[in-house]
Amino acid sequence: MPHALVVAEIAEDGKVKKATLAAVSFAKKARPAVGGSFSILVLGGSARAAAAELAGYGAAKVLVCEDPSLAKYTAEHYAPTVAEVGKTFSLVVATATSEGKDLMPRVAARLDAAYAGDCADVLVDGTSLRYKRPMYAGNAFGTVELTTPIHVATARQSEFDPAAPSGGSSPIEAVPKVAPGAAASRVEVVSLEAVKSERPELTEARVVVSGGRALKEQFFQVLEPLAQALGAAIGASRAAVDAGYAPGDYQVGQTGKIVAPELYVAIGISGAIQHIAGMKSSKVIVAINKDAEAPIFQIADYGLVADLFQAVPALTAELKKRKP
Amino acid sequence: MKVLVSLKRVSDPDNANKIKIAASGNAVDTAGLEWKTNPFDEYALEAALRLTENGKAPKLRLGEVVVVTLGPKECEQTLRAALATGADRAIRVDATDDALDGRLVALALKNLVGTEKPDLVLLGKQAVDGDSNQVGQRLAELLDWPQATFAATIREEAGALLVGREVDGGVLTLRVKLPAVVTVDLRIVSPTSVYSAHTEAAHKYAEGVRFAPLPAIMAAKKKPLDTKTLAELVPGAALSTRALKFEKPAARSAGIKVKDVSELVDKLMNVSKVL
Repeated sequence: MPHALVVAEIAEDGKVKKATLAAVSFAKKARPAVGGSFSILVLGGSARAAAAELAGYGAAKVLVCEDPSLAKYTAEHYAPTVAEVGKTFSLVVATATSEGKDLMPRVAARLDAAYAGDCADVLVDGTSLRYKRPMYAGNAFGTVELTTPIHVATARQSEFDPAAPSGGSSPIEAVPKVAPGAAASRVEVVSLEAVKSERPELTEARVVVSGGRALKEQFFQVLEPLAQALGAAIGASRAAVDAGYAPGDYQVGQTGKIVAPELYVAIGISGAIQHIAGMKSSKVIVAINKDAEAPIFQIADYGLVADLFQAVPALTAELKKRKP
Repeated sequence: MKVLVSLKRVSDPDNANKIKIAASGNAVDTAGLEWKTNPFDEYALEAALRLTENGKAPKLRLGEVVVVTLGPKECEQTLRAALATGADRAIRVDATDDALDGRLVALALKNLVGTEKPDLVLLGKQAVDGDSNQVGQRLAELLDWPQATFAATIREEAGALLVGREVDGGVLTLRVKLPAVVTVDLRIVSPTSVYSAHTEAAHKYAEGVRFAPLPAIMAAKKKPLDTKTLAELVPGAALSTRALKFEKPAARSAGIKVKDVSELVDKLMNVSKVL
């Protein structure tokens, strides 16, 4: 009976990305429909160490493909091996990070499999799986069924709690790298320009401070001190990104980053549906906006109607005073 | 350079609040919604136009842009609009929206690439209705071409493109040799995002996508628009993804308004205990 396969992701430092544990939770939830177990596949230039990190999560096997050509991720090099291993499984799933979203549709095409991307939930109905996905810029959730023998999916990180270690030690097994097609010889990773920030990564931060277009050119000048005081990551609305006040990878929303921190502070953000779709799973939402009618107040736990250029520095000062 | 751009007609996301779910719960009711071109596809078209000109004289075509859509007859408006903004030729693949999924669209595009032989296929990273984000990647695999998804910048080199991709940790730059598939993100329409081999390094475009002047809209009516059928391109096309049910996202209720930052910090520290 074919089972579920989780495709792990390795970070720049060679460790398993925490995001991978969302896909593990997805596979654990789906496994009753696919024979009861799941395995994990780790690919990379030095994947063995990372594989050992994943041996305590209850997987039937942790499969490792270690090859110098896999040291830097490209879909063209990864997809053939993921598909080759994946073809003996019923479900192949990764977390919907930028890497997962780049890789998995390519894997699906190689397997001629249907693909359900960015799933908010997976539903087990006997031996069938259904996938609940956000659509229409966050205005609706669609539940879809896939009718190909193999299903390929990505899991929205904010909707699946990271799997907890379950003890035990899964056997680690090497799998060979599959020779890639011509495409792989025509792509080259030139550079990764990491965002120079002392702030935590947006999708993993406990606190996120997000700004809208109202901040204008003072976007960082206003938000940095507050983010510093809260130990927060900085995010932005699409409008702020569109206007060039914040870089593109700061965008929170259905077509940007999906975040679910303990505390989300929306500053000068009106609350377009597509933005709300990217942050509504946050535990506590604070909104600061001078427009009392702004839609963001309809979903905020605490709203402050105020001019942000005064309120944000005042909030920063207050936080420093109370929590020095 | 010859560029194939795929465009999808979607219900206007700016009117997103009007999305209604049919009483049966198994369909999104699109009656009364306005249609427009998927914004990410419009950005792909703008990028294609920039890659086939020198920036200074947009009427001077240094390549060809062919636009394609899959859909019913009404989708020809989407194609005419693209022809008016500067695309050279259009193809409509006749199909009803409910007979298509990402797998079939990629298979149909693969077949079109076989006859059109473009150097580059440019697409939006996702359509804002299905939000599926898969066609570009699937197409690249079917063609065994390199892919660069979520592109924020494109710079043409000899026989290759240098593509800056928006990824989780920052910007990842790939060099892809042509022919290739590139899907674009929001910032591809910034003033300095796209340079053809003929664009001066100092050139800056106007922010956003270009608009068609009236004479171009008239002229677009005479530009070639071919029609093919889905069955021609994908014999025996059958859906492999079916939507069973739609529902509204769970509502989150409004909380309280605080009077000042001091009260806000009180609540966060003592009631929510998140500080």
